[in-house]
Amino acid sequence: MRFIPTLPTAARASRRKFICWLASFSASILFTSSSFAAPATSEVNTTGLAVTDDTVTVGILHSVTGTMAISETGSVQAEKLAIKQINDMGGVLGRKIEYIQEDGASDWPTFAEKAKKLLVNDKVASVFGCWTSASRKAVLPVFEQYNGMLYYPTFYEGLEQSPNVIYTGQEATQQILAGIDWVVEEKGAKSFYLLGSDYIWPRTSNKIARKHIEKLGLKVVGEEYYPLGHTQFNSVINKIKLRKPDVIYAIVVGGSNVAFYKQLKAAGIDMTKEKPLLLTISVTEDEIRGIGGENIEGAYAAMKYFQSLDNENNKSFVKAFKEMWGEDIVVGDVTQAAYLGPWLWKAAVEKAGSFDIDKVRAASPGIELTTAPEGYVRIHENHHLWSKTRIGRAKTDGQYEVVYETEELMEPDPFPKGYQ
Amino acid sequence: MSTNDIRAYMPKGDLISLLILAVLILVVFPLSMDIFRLNLVGKYLTYAFVAIGLVLCWGYGGILSLGQGVFFGLGGYCMAMFLKLEASSPEATKIQSTPGIPDFMDWNQITELPWFWEPFYSFPFTILAVLIVPTIFAYIIGAAMFKRRVGGVYFAIITQAVASILTVLIIGQQGYTGGVNGITDLRTLLGWDIRTDSAKFILYFVNAGLLIGCLLIAQYIRKSKLGRLLVAMREREDRVRFSGYDVSDFKIFVFCIGAMFSAIGGAMFTLQVGFMSPSFVGIVPSIEMVIFCAVGGRLSIFGAVYGALLVNWSKTTFSESFPELWLFAMGALFIGVVMAFPSGLAGLYKQHIGPRIRNTLATIRRDYLASRANAKSQSFATD
Repeated sequence: MRFIPTLPTAARASRRKFICWLASFSASILFTSSSFAAPATSEVNTTGLAVTDDTVTVGILHSVTGTMAISETGSVQAEKLAIKQINDMGGVLGRKIEYIQEDGASDWPTFAEKAKKLLVNDKVASVFGCWTSASRKAVLPVFEQYNGMLYYPTFYEGLEQSPNVIYTGQEATQQILAGIDWVVEEKGAKSFYLLGSDYIWPRTSNKIARKHIEKLGLKVVGEEYYPLGHTQFNSVINKIKLRKPDVIYAIVVGGSNVAFYKQLKAAGIDMTKEKPLLLTISVTEDEIRGIGGENIEGAYAAMKYFQSLDNENNKSFVKAFKEMWGEDIVVGDVTQAAYLGPWLWKAAVEKAGSFDIDKVRAASPGIELTTAPEGYVRIHENHHLWSKTRIGRAKTDGQYEVVYETEELMEPDPFPKGYQ
Repeated sequence: MSTNDIRAYMPKGDLISLLILAVLILVVFPLSMDIFRLNLVGKYLTYAFVAIGLVLCWGYGGILSLGQGVFFGLGGYCMAMFLKLEASSPEATKIQSTPGIPDFMDWNQITELPWFWEPFYSFPFTILAVLIVPTIFAYIIGAAMFKRRVGGVYFAIITQAVASILTVLIIGQQGYTGGVNGITDLRTLLGWDIRTDSAKFILYFVNAGLLIGCLLIAQYIRKSKLGRLLVAMREREDRVRFSGYDVSDFKIFVFCIGAMFSAIGGAMFTLQVGFMSPSFVGIVPSIEMVIFCAVGGRLSIFGAVYGALLVNWSKTTFSESFPELWLFAMGALFIGVVMAFPSGLAGLYKQHIGPRIRNTLATIRRDYLASRANAKSQSFATD
């Protein structure tokens, strides 16, 4: 059954036509074969969500225009792929997933406006979306007020645990602790230079990193922040050369990355020699496309997913992703986390036997996904995911080579004691 | 004030425009829209405050400010600080390491409320701050520029720089300001939950009432001697100066008025949308505000309101219908407006719609008179 709503953001009119067509088509299936036994809509939807006898509508809310579009496009693609695959398998509780896509336009108030539209006007059963912390903070009151469900894909700073959000990316401690432990144990690192873009995620992350480094009895020799979009890193590079840290711990975000890594290379810091070694938590394969593999070769990244992960789940995921969106596309950490969203929601809905938000929320903790490209994941009581952390080393072709993986799943801890 | 005075300040044409606008905002929108859309219109109307201020500064005074977002933001932040303090009661924030301070301060290891936040516990102070802080700031900028006879494009560039500086400051001092995220999760105003539908409905009307108030003030300024002086300054600053007027004082005054209007808009924005962030302060939003004014027609205070409504409404509609292409549609709209109607919606009205209405009215009147004359002559005939 391949009549899936993979609409390339068509105009309203054509979408409506499509829905009519879809409805009549599925109705004809219903009448001709009685093998289709979906539970009655009145049972699975008691709160007036957009659920019909054969469809359920969800929302996708990312920036497809503005400065964040380059980062968020991968998430949109991943969510659409997951929805398509779920529909191929028969949908959720016998209902095909329809989606309404809205553009947050890299603008936080727009995110809030669109979130409200999706929840109030469209009555969507779930929303997959947001990327930056600022956009999540802007929509959070809306989701809490209108009782919606948001699946949020980005690795972020933690310090939050909303009943209306499932965080499918890693929170800060998961990403940071394993990475620092690894450079200390494997590489014998003793001194660190912390550096980041100036907003809440890099600052909070560096705070956790600093506390952890100091707990280990090691030294932070510098900590600095630059505004988003900053492109002149020469002064900090000079300071790094002067203070000779073992590790540059970089949380530079977005377009600034391109300037930062090019200037590092131009200043003669060869990361393949690991003197100093560079460890980042903010550069995925997506960012490397902008930076250029030759400029970042040898850098290490600590996150939960790399496109090169060698397992069957991931191979088929990457293959399906490329089939749908083109051969030369890359898949980064957040894209994979976004892909988990619809699957985790499906699993929770099926466990709850209902689309009702409150029941889905109650069913969410403990939901496992064995088919995740990153491997096994499970939803913790605190709405974050148990997941492994990996260290990858950047290669010239823009891919990471996985050099380390934690043995155990790391427990998500959005309010880490002793790190605040 | 005698009727004649009122006439002088509110000619028939302007009165009709005002009435049409008032009916549209106070009757047509609330009746035809659900609360979600009405709240959106309320948000658009907060930008109209800025656009009206810009008509006075730019359209009349010839002072192009590309930094109105600064004042919109200051007004909005003052209101947001009050609301945030109310939302951060020790009970509501007991999971923090320091309960009773705003959540973002806690995330930034601040353990004590900064001194400049303290006064914002008081609502009267907040209202005063919304009006006064941006005005004083505008006075300082205005005095520094206009007293030194800095004007025109230099002034525009400097206001733009101020907008940029303030954004960097707010983002950089995130422990005190909430940084890029802004001040979010605002709940109640003096115990009244501003997130409910009924509150949104009431706030919409408060906003509309304030907007009409600002329109009346703007109209008064426009028609007063000050308004004529502003136009004279715009056209020939030297001559006004040679006539013995201190040009800079008038410029500072109108710039402060524009700032105060923007600040009221900002405060109402915070109340209706429920948060404030630096994305309303910077260069891009400030330029957008100039676009509202340009689309509306920079010489018409009523046009400015329509401009703000049209641009924002198209933004919402286009982006809902074509999430990936809507920016092109917006671009086309701006190009279209500038090419087809260089003086904006107001110009369109003045050149095409206005005369037509007048003609129709005149025809009706002529017909009526003619028919009456006919009837009279007939009645004579029958006599």
